[in-house]
Amino acid sequence: MREKTIFELSSPGRTGVTFPKSDVPEYDLPNEELLRKELPLPELAEVDVVRHYMKLSKYNYGVDLGFYPLGSCTMKYNPKINEDTCRLPGFVFSHPLQPIETVQGNLALLYEMQEWLKEISGFAGVTLQPAAGAHGEFTGVLMMNAYHKSRGDTKRTKMIVPDSAHGTNPASAGMMGMSIVVIPSDERGNVNLEALKAACDDTVVGMMLTNPNTLGLFDENVEQIVKIVHDCGGLMYGDGANLNALLGIVRPGDLGFDVMHFNLHKTFAVPHGGGGPGSGPVGVGEKLLDFLPAPLIAIVEEGDEEIPPLFGYYTPEKTIGRMKAFHGHFGAIVRSYTYIAMHGPDGLKDVSQYAVLNANYLAARLRNTYRIPHDRICMHEFVMEGSVPGTDVRALDIAKRLMDYDFHPPTNYFPLIVHEALMIEPTETENKDTLDAFADALIKIAEEAKTNPELVKSAPHKTLFGRMDEVKAARELVLCCWLPENYSAE
Amino acid sequence: MTYIPISPKERDAMLDAIGVKSLDALFDSVPAKYRFPQLDLPAAMTEMEAAALLGELAASNETARDLACFLGAGAYNHYIPSVIDHMLRRGEFYTAYTPYQPEISQGTLQAIFEYQSLMTTLTGMELSNASHYDGATAAAEAVNLAFAQFRGKRRKVVISPSVHPQYRETIRTYTQGMDLKLVGDGADADLQAAPEALSPLIDQETCLVIVQYPDFFGRIFDYTKLVENAHSKGALVCVVANPTALALFKTPGSMGADVVVGDGQPLGLPLWFGGPSLGFFTTKKSYVHKMAGRLVGETVDTRGEKSYVLTLTAREQHIKREKATSNICSNQGLMALASAIYLSSLGQTGLRQVADLCYQKAHYAAEELSKLPGVGLCFSQPFFHEFAVCFPKPVADLNAHLLEHGILGGYNLEQDYPSLQNHMLIAVTEMNSKDEIDALVSVLKEALDA
Repeated sequence: MREKTIFELSSPGRTGVTFPKSDVPEYDLPNEELLRKELPLPELAEVDVVRHYMKLSKYNYGVDLGFYPLGSCTMKYNPKINEDTCRLPGFVFSHPLQPIETVQGNLALLYEMQEWLKEISGFAGVTLQPAAGAHGEFTGVLMMNAYHKSRGDTKRTKMIVPDSAHGTNPASAGMMGMSIVVIPSDERGNVNLEALKAACDDTVVGMMLTNPNTLGLFDENVEQIVKIVHDCGGLMYGDGANLNALLGIVRPGDLGFDVMHFNLHKTFAVPHGGGGPGSGPVGVGEKLLDFLPAPLIAIVEEGDEEIPPLFGYYTPEKTIGRMKAFHGHFGAIVRSYTYIAMHGPDGLKDVSQYAVLNANYLAARLRNTYRIPHDRICMHEFVMEGSVPGTDVRALDIAKRLMDYDFHPPTNYFPLIVHEALMIEPTETENKDTLDAFADALIKIAEEAKTNPELVKSAPHKTLFGRMDEVKAARELVLCCWLPENYSAE
Repeated sequence: MTYIPISPKERDAMLDAIGVKSLDALFDSVPAKYRFPQLDLPAAMTEMEAAALLGELAASNETARDLACFLGAGAYNHYIPSVIDHMLRRGEFYTAYTPYQPEISQGTLQAIFEYQSLMTTLTGMELSNASHYDGATAAAEAVNLAFAQFRGKRRKVVISPSVHPQYRETIRTYTQGMDLKLVGDGADADLQAAPEALSPLIDQETCLVIVQYPDFFGRIFDYTKLVENAHSKGALVCVVANPTALALFKTPGSMGADVVVGDGQPLGLPLWFGGPSLGFFTTKKSYVHKMAGRLVGETVDTRGEKSYVLTLTAREQHIKREKATSNICSNQGLMALASAIYLSSLGQTGLRQVADLCYQKAHYAAEELSKLPGVGLCFSQPFFHEFAVCFPKPVADLNAHLLEHGILGGYNLEQDYPSLQNHMLIAVTEMNSKDEIDALVSVLKEALDA
């Protein structure tokens, strides 16, 4: 029997957490017209609440339970120490508007994080303010726009995006009212250089490139791409969603990118939390330094041998402004700081090397069973066609059937340029046994597709829930539940 | 130390299967000139060393736990019940991704569905999305909604000067590419005026009016009349609300608001130096297709069991790309879960208690402070748990003095409002004891006497 909603579990008069009596004289509430009469929140005891959420947690699949090879999402293991460091009382109870002298620990950490991310990416400046990858992208697009405007270059309104791009890329540019020019990929999965050249003119804001791209391939012509875009006066945006392939391998800043967002919740092990919070710092080259969002963290008074430096805030000269209230997702940044401190330069390189090893190993195990378009050495992920010749089994069916083998499915139907795409990113934190078991399951499912297609098409069978009626959800739009109508609170 | 579970022997077997000789050989497509840079980062630490380093950094802060905290201005020091973090630490919740595969994500989906329900209950609105990054970005998304609602034909937003300064800044950043006029919060705005003073600015060009509740100075206004005025010109109204206050005061929904947003931090989320928190976003059913963000809806599975899925995804970036309502991809899932647990475990009794304690203690503090010679409340309207006080001395000096006595003073209003020189915004919550409030008053008296 499915767990009821928290509202259905409510019983009038039950109480959970309560608070001390007031220790000050009593003051009258304002005029009744300003007050609300009912507050129909559920009424439960703490044990009811705990059992409810424990039960819900058991309806979920997470990295702690098993393999979660969602392409482009970098579902790596989330080290437990990070969950402790980010909750240290000195961090958790610090108010974002405190005087800087009282929060030097926070500011030192943020400053060092800016410096580390600069070093890892090869950029000249970093803002930690953006709350997520898409938020970082929007930050980057705003800076690109401001850069051109500040030079009186007002006719640039086009953003170039490859056909393999994440949907957030065109959406971010769309938020600035820019038009999108889509560039096709060539037969090796690289950006089509001829099409790119043809699109580049003096109306181009820049190009948003994910590299390695969403096929998991490192663009072999990246230097030429950067040059073509720069030659027409455009700026190069790097989508850092796939940075897990590049730590200690190559720095986007060195390749000539002007701006890139990091996804701390992918590359630097911040847990995904069932959809957030993430953290999306942005790095920029010299050209965009003055446009970074404010405030940045800076040394406001140099230290010496006796006294440490004083950290504080700094507003860049031509800043685009503020992307959110306060200083970004500090709690997430502490986790990534811990992660980078524990890995060091060699450990980070190991991360990327083993992420790429695992992806290539899985591709090697699967390429005789499933078609891999653009088949060459991949980076941290690869895309294969989720179809079995001679059957009408689709990528969706294979994804659902994988759940019966106790795996989370890969990303499906993305990128859009691969037919029945299954996008697989194993990450570096999986062992060979897991990868072999996953490959075995996929090979077995291909077999099942031929011998018993209905079994695959009606999967999953062993999960607590079956496939959902998504049409019903969209048509009926039941988006909330409330206390029952006959419910009477005291 | 790393978390890679592959032995050298296994690595070699895998390289063999791939057909390359070494790990480095996997990266031939990377330009040789830039390949394998030596990163200048501190050497790797063990967990023990990292724990010590982070412990030191954290301990070097003085926080709302070490000091008596009277600082608010958008982030509030409330009590967080233990039960919340015990649930958040379930790996099933925090190590899951956005629930794209509903068969194995019903925990996250039902929790968000309940969060949506709890937020509509609080705000008095018809529906809620799964959350935005924070209150400021939720307010900016309200502008996007209103802009889209009129298909870009109305290009004016009227914004009250008593909306949080950082929210107004964020909205200005967000709307840079929209050729939008933001009016109402200029340096000459009359901060004493009633909300209806914004009415003359609202016209046929106006897509949205934004006010805050309680406003940045803690004041409670009934916006019903302003909403009527805005609606008579066809404009929408967004109310930025403090969720704790909504336990006590009439809902923006009942005033006719079209969008109610705010920061969820007061609902069981730590101060955490400003984030992550969550931005709640609630609105009317008629605007659902223009709303950004994830949305969970009820349905059934193939076995006839009640279930939940992400719905109306056609609004979103991965389908609509540049035509999407927003580029938003993540929500604040885990923070929404925390707020749902907070609201469930406090229930109506607990949340009303918190709101009432905030109100009582803030009023005691305000009364005691205004007894000091030369000290007065800046505004005469009803307020919730925050109020502006005018002192005969600069706020920076007073705060420095308070800090020496273990007190984290209020927000210096002069930095955003030049006309409010020597004005401090003081927040009081259930965490402040009468003794702390008395200490605040006596230390300030001493500073003023000096």
